[in-house]
Amino acid sequence: MRRSMLFIPGNTPNLLMNGDVLGADSIILDLEDAVSPAEKDSARILVRNALKSLHYKGCEIIIRINPVETDYWTHDLDEIIPLKPNMIMPPKVSCAQDVKTVSEYIAKLEEKCGFEKNTVKLIPLIETAMGVENAFQIASADERVAALFLGGEDLTADLRCKRTKEGNEIFYARTRLVCAARACGVDVYDTPFTDVDDIDGLYTDAQFAKSLGFSGKASISPRHVEGINEVFSPTQAEIDYAHEVMETIRIAKEQGKGVVSLRGKMIDAPIVERARQVIEMEKAMFGGTEDDE
Amino acid sequence: MSKLVASIKEAIEQCGLKDGMTISFHHHMRNGDYVLNMVLDQIAKMGFKNLTVNASSIFDVHEPIIEHIKNGVVTGIECNYMGAKVGKAISEGIMDKPVVFRSHGGRASDMEKGTSVIDIAFIAAPTSDDMGNCTGKVGKSACGSIGYAFADAMNAKKVVVITDNLVEYPLVDFSIPEVYVDCVVAVDQIGDPAGIVSGTTKITRDPVGLKMASYAAKVIEASGLLKDGFSFQTGAGGATLATAKYVKEMMLEKGIQGSYGMGGITGYMVDMLQEGCFKALLDVQCFDLKAVESIRTNPKHMEVSATQYAGVSGKSAGVDNLDVVLLGATQVDLDFNVNVHTDSNGYIMGGSGGHCDTAAGAKLAIIIAPLTRARLPLVVDRCLCISTPGKTVDVVVTQRGIAVNTAGGKNQELKQKLIDAKLPVVEIADLKRMGEELAGVPKPIKMGDKVVAKVIYRDGTLLDEIHSVK
Repeated sequence: MRRSMLFIPGNTPNLLMNGDVLGADSIILDLEDAVSPAEKDSARILVRNALKSLHYKGCEIIIRINPVETDYWTHDLDEIIPLKPNMIMPPKVSCAQDVKTVSEYIAKLEEKCGFEKNTVKLIPLIETAMGVENAFQIASADERVAALFLGGEDLTADLRCKRTKEGNEIFYARTRLVCAARACGVDVYDTPFTDVDDIDGLYTDAQFAKSLGFSGKASISPRHVEGINEVFSPTQAEIDYAHEVMETIRIAKEQGKGVVSLRGKMIDAPIVERARQVIEMEKAMFGGTEDDE
Repeated sequence: MSKLVASIKEAIEQCGLKDGMTISFHHHMRNGDYVLNMVLDQIAKMGFKNLTVNASSIFDVHEPIIEHIKNGVVTGIECNYMGAKVGKAISEGIMDKPVVFRSHGGRASDMEKGTSVIDIAFIAAPTSDDMGNCTGKVGKSACGSIGYAFADAMNAKKVVVITDNLVEYPLVDFSIPEVYVDCVVAVDQIGDPAGIVSGTTKITRDPVGLKMASYAAKVIEASGLLKDGFSFQTGAGGATLATAKYVKEMMLEKGIQGSYGMGGITGYMVDMLQEGCFKALLDVQCFDLKAVESIRTNPKHMEVSATQYAGVSGKSAGVDNLDVVLLGATQVDLDFNVNVHTDSNGYIMGGSGGHCDTAAGAKLAIIIAPLTRARLPLVVDRCLCISTPGKTVDVVVTQRGIAVNTAGGKNQELKQKLIDAKLPVVEIADLKRMGEELAGVPKPIKMGDKVVAKVIYRDGTLLDEIHSVK
């Protein structure tokens, strides 16, 4: 389950040490924008040591490396891959080749470390106009790609428009990414809401992202994590309905019925699939229910 | 008749200061205080030696006292809190006689019981008339409540009021009445307003602090104490104030009207009063301008003395009816003893204040602290100094787990309630292990042989001794 992804600057020991207690499903340990060029080395070492010595229980680890056009990204991967993070987030990915470049380098390191192939997944950060236009190619570039992530700040700079709370300027990019990701069967994550103090605004933005089809949302502030988790969690009514759907299907199968309906509505494959997803989320959130035992 | 004298020198002469006497000060001017330094400088000029300073707190601004110790002007210190600058010098052993640490309640009570005798009390007063009716609520150096000074005024053999806002007699709405005051001195400035109270007290933005605060609030909710009539004390520290925010939200959501909020009061507690969370505030000290404004204008925001706040010499005190108190810690040990006197290297950098008073009085005493601090684990085998006995501590909240003190069979029900509320309840030894996993096992600190401070519990018994740092 990945509803919230929290950015943690790679040069903040206190936050690195407490990354797993802040409520986020995933934490993104950042070696890129949060770290000035003078601190790249020390942040990389700090993140490496954090991965070595901290458990990060119940929390997925994503490392945002530096972009492929810099000299840093291979050093980042050299240090980080041996510690087997769950995912690598290459930033400013504009085309399929960017993904392949990173993936091939990771493959070599995986082999060197004796890891199974494609152990470490990729979540390309798409934050350029070119990246948005190439979203489908990026999502389908490599088996390693498990999700796409939209970066609204750099994108609006590239689009030469102002980033607003309403987000009209990134509407196209949002829907384009959702469509590309879903077409490739991977997850898709929305850009952070950057006004840290505006919790109401965060809810509105997250609800809108969910309505477009995003799997979850990133955050630059721990204060947003709870709201994001709440928005991207199924409601109790949705959970109850999902169990009802599965129960109806089970009874129908027992009775040998082909077509069944619930509350006057036919239960077709997409409804069953949605119910299954909701129950999976429920299991991840609460550790399963009596129904599953 | 007027009690006004021309100078601090004249007041000292009139009160008959002699070598070997004890003089007292309150700390409502906090780190902006000019009075303690002003008086000691004058005393030194006049050639007095061997004095004991009994100040409710010594702040970093009082660093010049170190020179007075070296010169033999000051040979004894009694206080409830000591900031790191003077604390370091004391820990290094610059004074022969150990510092006597009391609690806020213990200090006032010891004066009332006569076990702590004050020869001359110097009371910084933001406003006074020439007969000594004085208050902290108004004036250019307004600090709000002067609750800690009541015991000094009522029990010292001689009392000098020092003000920078002399008004015509009679001062309306005085805190300390003229009946206790021997003389009044007007000076240009009794303190630096910037150091006396903060403009605003802000809630922490530190995510780890907020996580702890959220747990602490859930502990309070799960305890069952959060209901009509709830009484509550919290400090001005980051995570404790954030807990108050969560508690306030719960109270407003559930329509709970508490009884009283107490202690050092921040603007945040004032908001809770104004929004109906409490019927009254019992204020022994104001932390920010909003609290000062409130105590001046809102009759439900009441000034109380240290004795009424936390003493043991009265027939009752506010702490006795307290439901919940949130407290900090620099160290907690496996018996839940808490250290707020020394840092992890053994240097004095704090003191009980009202810590042990409120822990003893409250139904639920919650310690809230990060599992590691400055790369050292919070929980240790044995605290370097016991400031608050573990038997008065109920719960320790960290960002990674909550430990309930069930020693002697107490708090079993509370522990179950927290487990039922799905809070991460662990044993205190687990917190120690987790802290050590993150920060490593610290090397034991080797302290010197010299006793540099004695920690006196609120009932007058010796709680612990602090040794010099090698």
